[in-house]
Amino acid sequence: MNNKYIPLAATIFVFMALFGFGSAQFDSFFSMRVFTNLFTDNAFLAITAIGMTFVILSGGIDLSVGSMIACVGVATAVLIEHYQLHPLVVFPIILICATLFGSFMGFLIEKYDLPPFIVTLAGMFFLRGLSFVISIESIPITHSFYDSIADFYIPLPGNGSLTVSTLILLTVLAGAVYIAHYTRIGRNIYAVGGNEQSAALLGVPVGRTKLFVYSANSFLAALAGIVFTFYTFSGYSLAAMGLELDAIASVVIGGTLLSGGVGYVVGTIFGVLIQGVIQTIISFDGTLNSWWTKIFIGLLLFIFISLQRLISSGLLLKWWPSDKKPLVN
Amino acid sequence: MSDVEILAVTGLSKSFPGVKALNDVSLSLREGEVHALMGGNGAGKSTLIKCLTGFYSSDSGKVFLAGKDISSLKPDQIQTCGISTVHQEVNLIPTLSVAENIFLGRQPKIRGRIDWKTMNSKARAVLARLNLDIDVTQMLSSYSIAIQQMVAIARGVDMSARVLILDEPTSSLDLKEVEQLFSVMRRLTAEGTAIVFVTHFLDQVYAISNRISVLRNGHYIGTYEKADLPQNALISKMLGKTISDKTDSSTKKQSQDQDEKEVYLTASGIGKSGYIEPIDLKVHQGEVIGLAGLLGSGRSEIAKLLFGVVQPDTGRLYVQGTEQLFSSPRKAIQQGLAFCPEDRKKEGLIGELSVKENIILALQAKRGWYRALTGVQQEKIAKDFIKSLKIVTSDLNKPVKELSGGNQQKVVLARWLASAPSFLILDEPTRGVDIGAHQEIVRIIKGLSKQGLAIMVIASELEEVVDISDRVIVLKDRKQIKELSGDEISEANVLSSIAEGAL
Repeated sequence: MNNKYIPLAATIFVFMALFGFGSAQFDSFFSMRVFTNLFTDNAFLAITAIGMTFVILSGGIDLSVGSMIACVGVATAVLIEHYQLHPLVVFPIILICATLFGSFMGFLIEKYDLPPFIVTLAGMFFLRGLSFVISIESIPITHSFYDSIADFYIPLPGNGSLTVSTLILLTVLAGAVYIAHYTRIGRNIYAVGGNEQSAALLGVPVGRTKLFVYSANSFLAALAGIVFTFYTFSGYSLAAMGLELDAIASVVIGGTLLSGGVGYVVGTIFGVLIQGVIQTIISFDGTLNSWWTKIFIGLLLFIFISLQRLISSGLLLKWWPSDKKPLVN
Repeated sequence: MSDVEILAVTGLSKSFPGVKALNDVSLSLREGEVHALMGGNGAGKSTLIKCLTGFYSSDSGKVFLAGKDISSLKPDQIQTCGISTVHQEVNLIPTLSVAENIFLGRQPKIRGRIDWKTMNSKARAVLARLNLDIDVTQMLSSYSIAIQQMVAIARGVDMSARVLILDEPTSSLDLKEVEQLFSVMRRLTAEGTAIVFVTHFLDQVYAISNRISVLRNGHYIGTYEKADLPQNALISKMLGKTISDKTDSSTKKQSQDQDEKEVYLTASGIGKSGYIEPIDLKVHQGEVIGLAGLLGSGRSEIAKLLFGVVQPDTGRLYVQGTEQLFSSPRKAIQQGLAFCPEDRKKEGLIGELSVKENIILALQAKRGWYRALTGVQQEKIAKDFIKSLKIVTSDLNKPVKELSGGNQQKVVLARWLASAPSFLILDEPTRGVDIGAHQEIVRIIKGLSKQGLAIMVIASELEEVVDISDRVIVLKDRKQIKELSGDEISEANVLSSIAEGAL
C-alpha cells in the first residue's frame, strides 16, 4: 500500500474496531439507527472539522470556530425571535457576515504575515465576547420552521434516518472532497501547506489560497452553528466552548499532519465518528462518566501522533538510500 | 538560433537592506539560443532570475517579453506568458506526488475537474523524455535529491513555451543525466525556445551555450559570443581580475609517508545491509582522504555511518584507539567529529537564524548548553571566521538564508571549524560555489590538513577529489572497490578502477 494511506487506514480501522466492540458489548448497538445517529449528533462538529482540515492542510490553524458557533447561534436566535425574521432570510445574512469575518482574518494573516494562531485567537475572543454582548441568557427558538426541520427525515432500513443535519453534512463532505482533490484551489492548499515558499516559486497564488481557506472555514463554522441550533433549538453564548480543540483533534486523528500538506477530508469524518462512537458506547454503558470520552480521545491522540511520526521517519529511511533505485534506464 | 529578440531586460536594479543586489542590469535573449549567465557568488544571478519570474519586484528597470512589458506581473501570470524556471536547489512541494509537482497550477482537466489519469500518464511521458521511469504517484519526498532535481527540470521543460530558465540545474546530476538534459535542451532550442542557463561548471557552459553574459557584484559586465570568450577571459571577467591558470593543482603530493602519521580513526568492516557494504578505512591525522565514485555509489552513506546519523549493523569503529559506537551525531561531535552535509538547505543551515548563530551552533552544542558562550565571545568567533573565510555579509546578525549559495556554504564550514574538530567530513564542499570561492575552499581545506586535522572529502567532481586528496577510496554500487594513494591518484586511475569495477 502507498505509504501515505496508512494513517487514513488506521483511522478507519480504529472506528470499525470501536463500533465492533460496542456491538459485541451491547445488544441493540449494531443497528442503522445508532450509525445514522452518529451523523446527526455530530454533524456540527463534523462540518467544523471539515473546514479545519483545509486550514490545517494549508499549514495554519483556526481557533475561532467554537466562538463562531456560539455567536452564530445567539445571533440567529435573536434575529428570528426578537426581530421576527424568517430563518431562510437569517441564514444567508449570517453566512455572509461570517465569511467576511473569515476573510478579514485571512487578510491579516496573509497581508501582514501574522501567525494564524494569534489572529484567530483574537477572533475567538472577539466572537465569544460579541455573543455575550448580544445576549447573556440562552434564547430558545420557537419558529415553526425549526419544527418542520426537526420533523423532516429520509427513513433508512433498520430504523435509520437521514436528518436535515446529516444531509447538510453529506453535501458539505461531497463538496469538500471534490474541492480537495479535483480543483486547482484544492491542490494549491496542499501545496501551500507542503512548502509555502516553493509553492510561491511554482506560481501558486499563495495569498489568494490562504484567503480562501480562512473564508471557507468561517463559512463552514457558521454553517455548523446553524446546524447546531437545529439540534438545540436555542442560541446560547456559552455553547461550543473548546469545540475548536475537538475539531483539531478530529482532524489529527483523521490522519492530517499538523504541519500541513498531507491529509484527507474523509479521514477527518472518521476522526469525528470515532469521538461519536466512544460517546455512544459510554451512554450505552450508563455507569461511566461522559468525561471518559476525553480520556479516550487523549489516548487516541497520543497514539496517532506517534504513529504519524513513525511513518514520516519511515519515509526518511526510505529516502536516504533511495538513489539505489535505477536513475536512468 | 535566430536573431529575433524574445526577452529584453533594461536597467534593472534591486536593493535589499544593506546590499545593492542588482545595479542597472541589462540582458537580451534571442529565440532558440542557450544563453549562459555567469558570475561569482553574490553576483546577482539568482536575484536577476527572481526578478524575471516576478518573485521579486524590481526597484527600477523593465522586462519585456516579445515586446510586451511584463515587469509588474505576478509569478503565476509570468508562467502563463511562457517563462518557466527551474530554481537553484529543488523548489518543489515534498508532500505532493511527482505528477502533481510537474503539473501544479496547470493540471489537465476534464469536465471542470482535475483529470488525474491524464495527469499521471502525461507526467510519465514528460519524465520519459529525460529517460526517467519512476512511480509518479508517489510523494516527491520519497525520492533522492537527484531525482527531485530531474522532476523540477521535467516541469520546466514541459512548461517552457518561449523562455526556460535553468538555475544550477546540473549540481545534483551525474554525467549521464547531464547528457540527457543537454539533449533535451538542444531539442527545445531547435523548436525556438530560448534557454537561460546558470551553472558553475565551465565545461558545461562551453558544451551547450551560444552566448555568455557575465554579472559581477550586481553589475552587468557584458554579453559575448562563446567563440570570442576563452575560458580564461571568462574567469577573469567573473572575478574582475586576471588570473594565471586554474589552480596550482600541479603541486605534487608529497605526503606519501602516511604510516608515520598517527592514525585517528579506524573503521573495520563497518556497514549496514541494504545501505552500504562493509568497508575498511583508516584516517590519519593531517591527511585528506577522498571518496570518489558516481552518484549513488555510497559516498554520503559512508559519511552518515561514521557520523552516527545511521547506525551500522556490522563492524567496529575506533577513534584514537578506543572503540566507539555513535548512537547519534551528538556523540560523534563530542568525540571531535564534524560533518558538513551535502544538502545545506535541508540538513545544514538554519535559514532563519543569523550568520553568527549558525557559526557558533556546533561549538555551543559541544560545550553543552549550561556553559553558554557570552555574547562577546560569540561575536569574536563569528567575526574571526567571517574574516578568515571571507564570508560576504552586511552584518553578523543577518539571517543566513539571505546570503548567496557560496557564502552559505562557507558559513557551514565555519560552524564546524569553530567547534575545533579533529576529524572533519565534507560532503560536496564546493557544490553551487563559484570559481573564486571554490579555490578558496580548496585552499582552506589544504591549510587545515597541514595543521594536523584529519579530513574526509566527498565530491562528484573527480578533478576536485584528485586535486585535494592524499588518499582516495573508490566506491561503486555501495562497495569499496579500491584505494589509491600518492602517485597513483589521478582521474584516469579513478575512472579505470570504477570501470573495472568488480572486486
